[in-house]
Amino acid sequence: MARKELIQIRRDPRSLFIALIMPVMQMAMLGYGVSLDAKHIPLYVYDQEGSQESQALLKRFQASEYFDLVKTVDNYRELTAAVDSDRSKLAVVIPFDFSERLRDANQTNVQVIVDGTDDNTANLATDYARAVIGQFSVDFRTEWLRRQGLPVGGGGTVSIEPRTWFNEDLESRNFIIPGIVALVMALVGALLTSLTISREWERGTMEQLISTPITSQEVMFGKLIPYFAIGLVDAAMCVAIGVWWFDVPFRGTLTSLFATTSLFLIVILGIGFMISVAIKSQLGASQIALLVTLLPTMMLSGFAFPIDQMPPVIRAITYVVYSRYYVTILKAIFLKGVGVRALLAPVMAMAIYAVVIGWMATHAFKKTLD
Amino acid sequence: MAGQDTTASVRVESLVKKFGKFTAVDRVSFATAPGEIFGFLGPNGAGKSTTIRILCGLLRPTSGKAVVAGFDVARQAEEVRQNIGYMSQKFSLYNTLKVVENLRFFAGMYSVPRDLADARIREAIAMAGLAGHEHDLTATLAGGWKQRLALGCSILHRPKVLFLDEPTSGVDPISRRQFWDLIHEMAGGGVTVFVSTHYMDEAEYCNRLALMNRGALVALGTPNELKRHLMKGALLLAKCEPLGPALEVLQHNPAVVDAAVFGEALHVTVEDAAAATTSLPGYLAEHGVKCTRLEPIPPSLEDVFVQLTGRRIRAGEVTAS
Repeated sequence: MARKELIQIRRDPRSLFIALIMPVMQMAMLGYGVSLDAKHIPLYVYDQEGSQESQALLKRFQASEYFDLVKTVDNYRELTAAVDSDRSKLAVVIPFDFSERLRDANQTNVQVIVDGTDDNTANLATDYARAVIGQFSVDFRTEWLRRQGLPVGGGGTVSIEPRTWFNEDLESRNFIIPGIVALVMALVGALLTSLTISREWERGTMEQLISTPITSQEVMFGKLIPYFAIGLVDAAMCVAIGVWWFDVPFRGTLTSLFATTSLFLIVILGIGFMISVAIKSQLGASQIALLVTLLPTMMLSGFAFPIDQMPPVIRAITYVVYSRYYVTILKAIFLKGVGVRALLAPVMAMAIYAVVIGWMATHAFKKTLD
Repeated sequence: MAGQDTTASVRVESLVKKFGKFTAVDRVSFATAPGEIFGFLGPNGAGKSTTIRILCGLLRPTSGKAVVAGFDVARQAEEVRQNIGYMSQKFSLYNTLKVVENLRFFAGMYSVPRDLADARIREAIAMAGLAGHEHDLTATLAGGWKQRLALGCSILHRPKVLFLDEPTSGVDPISRRQFWDLIHEMAGGGVTVFVSTHYMDEAEYCNRLALMNRGALVALGTPNELKRHLMKGALLLAKCEPLGPALEVLQHNPAVVDAAVFGEALHVTVEDAAAATTSLPGYLAEHGVKCTRLEPIPPSLEDVFVQLTGRRIRAGEVTAS
């Protein structure tokens, strides 16, 4: 049974694609796409003053890796046109009296125009800009005060909002890659297995199969063993891409990785199998599989949105989302390098899931047509 | 084998299968002997496939009893499966596997011992006439070859009873003929072959026939018995012009029991063939129908079926009666 399944997977370009190419594509797409950092934000500047001070501020923007100074313009029209046409995400206007006001210590007024269509980038861009300007004004005032022979720290400093800590060195990527591994496993595992039984129903081969003395447990193991192996290969591929391509640290051990991944695979394959048994069309089965695996993993596992920041009701729901535990475990294995023992609670939760789903799956398949 | 009934390979007693309110199989009873070719004849939806699926343990009977190779299909489905071969209506081998891989797979599914499997696979290939094509992908085989391969797969474990659900639908006549040679060969070896069909010529090859209509068994017997005993009166072939009015006119004649369209002619059942052949041409001419040919013919199974049910087997349409 398992051998037949492997031959079939090998001869089915679609399965092969899902099994081997999709994880790589997912890793690449999500690894680059779901970065929560914004870098190289295209910047337009309208420097109305053109003083030494305003140039110094511009240099600060140029030095920052978060901004790419695209163009310096000399009128508002060109500036707004750039923002409108998406050539610029952030535009900075330095006023005529910039240097004067800076020395006055009252207020530095720099106008920042932000393209708010992409909420996330807009927020980040504003924060980065505020940080750059804030730092500049602090440095400037310190320097100025010292030159005046006044004590540093006196007088009215520019108020800066303290929340502008940003990911200095791609931190969000380190955080996200382990989550993507979980996502890829959930997607590939559930999708492939959900198709396996329903395909046999659709092609009529299932009727032939269940007329033989094979037991339903044999059908299940025969179906799932190849996908289990593929799942482990995919996990290894994802981790390799994460470590060598995206430079994510891997501080844990491979043993703990594969042990926990195996548990997760049992859950995912079990769910995929049950869907496949219940829904006899390939299309329906794959739709449902995506719905029950991809969506919760994406939204509720703490992969993209931190669980602590969710409303209490949603937070409570995440406790039943199996991938939550796997994401927690993966992040810990990748970044903290802790072993299975330190992760006892989530590993236990996963194990319970594996047992329950595994038991349900073994009883899901019945060898009758009605 | 324990519990084996030596007199009947399949015994069915008032079998009923309901899908919700719809009764697919309605109190069907019969028994078959080892080595018998038992045909199920009837239009689509007559309950042939459902009955076969019940006998294979794929569907649970709503009520009644069915014993196959000595085992009760409802309670001992696994034992039944070890003793039967089944070919479903839809071609159901793996198209992405090679010929020999399909055979190996089903040898494994039927738990054929390894030391026997290779020899039996070779036999199956020879029987199906697939020598030289062992490593072809199943998808590339022609219809008749696929059917023979499917048959080969279903007999690897040497079943006592073989269920073939419309095995030759969509297969060319020569391949059908070859397929039936195989069926006869197998029956000669003591296997009970259960076959459903809606081809009349195939029905003639069966030892015994069960005519099914709307879930019920309407007649049971050898093809000759059915034709001889069930036909009331004699059958005439009438070639008339125009056909439609001829049918209507004939149905109103008191000497005519029944008339139905068969192809381009009419089959007319009458009580007395000799009297009718002399009286009917004149009667038809009176009503403006020209009769070019009127002669007695031997009844076919289709005639029997039409007379019993008022329905055609192939098309399933109701004829006037």
